Formats: sequence, structure tokens, C-alpha cells
Amino acid sequence: MNPFASIGRATMTLLAHIGRLSTFTGTALAAIVAPPIYGRLIGQQIMRIGYYSLPVVGLTAFFTGSALALQIFLGGNRFGTEAVVPQIVVLGITRELGPVIAGLMVAGRVAAAIAAEIGTMKVTEQIDALTTLATNPIKYLVVPRLIAAVLCLPLLVAIADSIGVFGGYVVATQSMGFSGGTYLKNTVDFATQEDIVSGLIKAGVFGFIIALMGCYNGFNSKGGAQGVGNATTAAVVSSSILILAANYLLTSLLFSK
Amino acid sequence: MSPKIQLIGVKKRFGSKVVLDGVDLTVEPRSSLVIIGGSGTGKSVTIKSILGIIRPDEGTILVDGEDVTHLRGAARDKVMKKFGMLFQGGALFDSLPVWENVAFGLIQGRGMARKPARDIAIEKLAKVGLAADVGDLFPVELSGGMLKRVGLARAIASDPEIIFFDEPTTGLDPIMADIINDLIVSTVKDVGATALSITHDMISARKISDKIAMLYGGKIIWQGPTAAIDNSGNPYVDQFIHGKAEGPIKMAVKA
Ligand SMILES: Nc1ncnc2c1ncn2[C@@H]1O[C@H](COP(=O)(O)OP(=O)(O)O)[C@@H](O)[C@H]1O
Ligand SMILES: [Mg+2]
Repeated sequence: MNPFASIGRATMTLLAHIGRLSTFTGTALAAIVAPPIYGRLIGQQIMRIGYYSLPVVGLTAFFTGSALALQIFLGGNRFGTEAVVPQIVVLGITRELGPVIAGLMVAGRVAAAIAAEIGTMKVTEQIDALTTLATNPIKYLVVPRLIAAVLCLPLLVAIADSIGVFGGYVVATQSMGFSGGTYLKNTVDFATQEDIVSGLIKAGVFGFIIALMGCYNGFNSKGGAQGVGNATTAAVVSSSILILAANYLLTSLLFSK
Repeated sequence: MSPKIQLIGVKKRFGSKVVLDGVDLTVEPRSSLVIIGGSGTGKSVTIKSILGIIRPDEGTILVDGEDVTHLRGAARDKVMKKFGMLFQGGALFDSLPVWENVAFGLIQGRGMARKPARDIAIEKLAKVGLAADVGDLFPVELSGGMLKRVGLARAIASDPEIIFFDEPTTGLDPIMADIINDLIVSTVKDVGATALSITHDMISARKISDKIAMLYGGKIIWQGPTAAIDNSGNPYVDQFIHGKAEGPIKMAVKA
């Protein structure tokens, strides 16, 4: 086995993937602006991507906020910063944990579901059937999911932010001796518009990544049930990695002044 | 009369595997041509090339004399409106009820309102022998024979000029297969359409065709009127229609 040959082959495969993903993204973006607009389908997807993700996102945000408060309180003990629990919780949640936790949870739920649904449609020729019924599959399947995800994620993150702060508030007032009024006042006084908006921008990008990777992997699934399974796994793994990579990039872009 | 569909030297390979190696085929208006051939010989690939789902590597495909080989976008959609297709596995949308499957091309493809589209769907379901209440079922609730009927109703819903049938009787019992064959003959006549079917079921092929072509080794090796198939003088055709293991056709049997 020639090591250069296998490195070369792996590189070619990677480049082919990037090329195909770029083409797919370009086609999808072009389809967003082209008529017709399937309002009914966008509405359905908003329910499936946004509304039904509320419990998962809400619960994880609550526990993350409480754990964050606890860590700051206990860890802060060592250098006497217990008093800044509200400030650090709101900063950590809005800038970082809210978008990332919501993004990863929705990636697990939604990217998987999209890839499984579209993958099944692909292997049972339903996508070919769309074409024969004079309906563009990208327009009909991908565009509504992209639009719904980009709209829903910021809303989900706004809710996750509030619930996360509330999680910190519950722990701080119940077991750390904070008074409710002081906690909320410190939170509101400290948080800036930039903290919140930056998190919402991240959320929109994460939504795009989730829907795109779900659709892309679904459209490229091959074979039968196993192919669909592989597509589902690939959708979750690739969207999670891309979310974390994009999070770093966006953090450095949004806060580098 | 100029041909409805014409394939000239169509070639398609997947990786290193050559599937179509120069297919030449002509379908006359309002005729019914059946392509026969063994499993995996590229019958579905041939139909999908005409539909534009698969892009051929070489060759030309004409529909009503128009070169459609490289059409995309709106121009492709316009040609698509001439076509109806019954897929091998039905390919019904399992997220939609039966009536919406049948009405799909009318609602999404042609922008018809849902109410009148539903009425047409119920009418088409009646044409294939299904009661109106079947319209509210979902595809998972249907038997194999019903799936084919709904697929047929969907294929004829927008009164296409050309209807494609991919293995319409595969997987059905002989009686149901005969019912579907009758439905194909009557609906195609009813709509006044041109039909292009593929099958390896010779009973079906004889019943629904007026011409038969045989695909083997990526080429059309014989074609002629259905009545002439028993006297083709072609050893490949003879072996296929009599289903003999011995003969010039070698099946690739993987160990
Ligand atoms: N999209 C595709 N990608 C790769 N190979 C394909 C594709 N579609 C068909 N093939 C291959 O082409 C050959 C012919 O397939 P097909 O036309 O479906 O056969 P059949 O005559 O049974 O309908 C098969 O070997 C199949 O594996
Ligand atoms: Mg086939």
C-alpha cells in the first residue's frame, strides 16, 4: 500500500464532497428566491422544526442554566466572586450556551428526522416521482425546511436564553441565598443588546446548517434501509461538527473589535 | 407522422459499468411500446433518461421532435407536463393521503386549487376501480394491487400525452396482474396517450403492447410488432420469451 496514494484518494473524496455540497447549497439558495413560495409547507415545517423542539430545548436550557450558576458559585468561592453569579450566567447563556445547546439539540432531533424522511423518499423513488409531476424537489423539499429552520432557531434560542437565566435564578435564590429582586436586577443591568443579538445571529446560522445537512445527506443516500440509516447518522454528526466550528468562527468575528 | 419519442445513440455508464451502450428507439404517436429485458439490463435507466431524471453521457432524446436531452429548469418542467409515470414500487408520497397523491401534479405542478383538484382525483380513482373513500386513506394502508391502481390514477391525473409504466405487474398475483393490464390498456386508450412500458413479464408485455423491443447488452437487439415476437428468428428473444436457462444470454451470477 502506497501511503501517498491513500492520502491522495482521501483528499479527492473530501474535495468531491465539498464540491457536491457547494453545488447543492448554491442550487438551494437559488431556489429560495425563485417562485412559487410554498407557504403551506413552510408552516408545516415551522411546527415540526420549531414548535415540537420547544420541550427539548427548554429542558436542556433550564438544566444548563442551573448547572452554570452552581459552577460559578462553587468555583467562584476560591477567589471570592460568588456575587457575580447573575452576570456570568446571563453572559454565558446568551453569548454561548443558549445557541450552542439549542443548536446541538435541534441538530439531533431535526437534522436526523429530515435526513431520514428525504432519504426514504430518495430510495423509494418518491423524489423521482416529484420530478415527473413537474415539481422541483429542491424547491418543494429543501427550501421550506431551510426557511423554517433559519426562522425558528433564533426564536428557540431567545426562549432558551430566558429559560436558562431562569434556571440560574431558581438555583441562586433557592440554595445560594440570592434575593430574587437583586438577581434579576443584576441580570438586566449587566446584559447588553450585543450579547443577545450575537447569540441570535449564531442561531440563524445554526438553523441553516441543520436543515442543509439534513437535506444534503438525505438527497445523497444510497441503497435501502441501511443507506438511510447512514445518511441520518452523517446528518447529525456533520451538522454538530459544523455548528461547533461555525460557533468559533462567529464568536471571533462578532466580538473581535 | 413524426415519432412521439426518439432515442438516438443513447449511452450511459455508472462508474466503469456501461449500462446503455447506444440505444436507438422510436415510439410512434398513440402506440404502445414495451421494452423487455432481464433484470438490471438498464430498462429503468432508459425511461429515466427520457424523463430527465438521469442524464445520458451521449446521444440524443427527442420528444415531439424537440431535443430534450439537456433541458433544465422551466423548459424541462414544460416537457414534464406531457408525461405521466407509474413507478415500479408505486413511489406514492407516504406523508399525503391518497387523493392528494393523485391530485399532486394538478395542485403543485399546475397550480390548481385544492377543491377542484380533489374532485378530479376522485374521478380518476373511479377510473381505476377505487371508491371515493379510498381517497382519504394513506399509502401505508393500501394493498399491493391498490398501490398500483393509485399509482396509475396519479400517472393519468393530468391527462398526459405520454405515459411510462415501470414493471406495472411485478409483485402482483396473476389475477391482479391481469386486472392491472386491462386497466393500462383501457386508460391509455381513454386518455389517447402514447405508452412506453418496461417489463420482464411476457404475459403483460403481450397484452399491453402493439410493439415490443428487447434490450440486451446496452442495445436494442430486436424490435417488431407484438404478433411477430414468436417468429423473431432471434435466439436471444427466443430464450427470453420462453424463459430458458440455456441459450446465448448469460446471466451474471455472483458467487
Ligand atoms: N443511479 C444509479 N447509480 C448507479 N448505478 C445505477 C443507478 N441506476 C441504475 N444503476 C445500475 O444500472 C443497471 C441497470 O439498472 P436498471 O435500469 O434499474 O435495471 P432494470 O432493467 O432492471 O430496470 C443496474 O446494474 C443498476 O445497478
Ligand atoms: Mg427496473
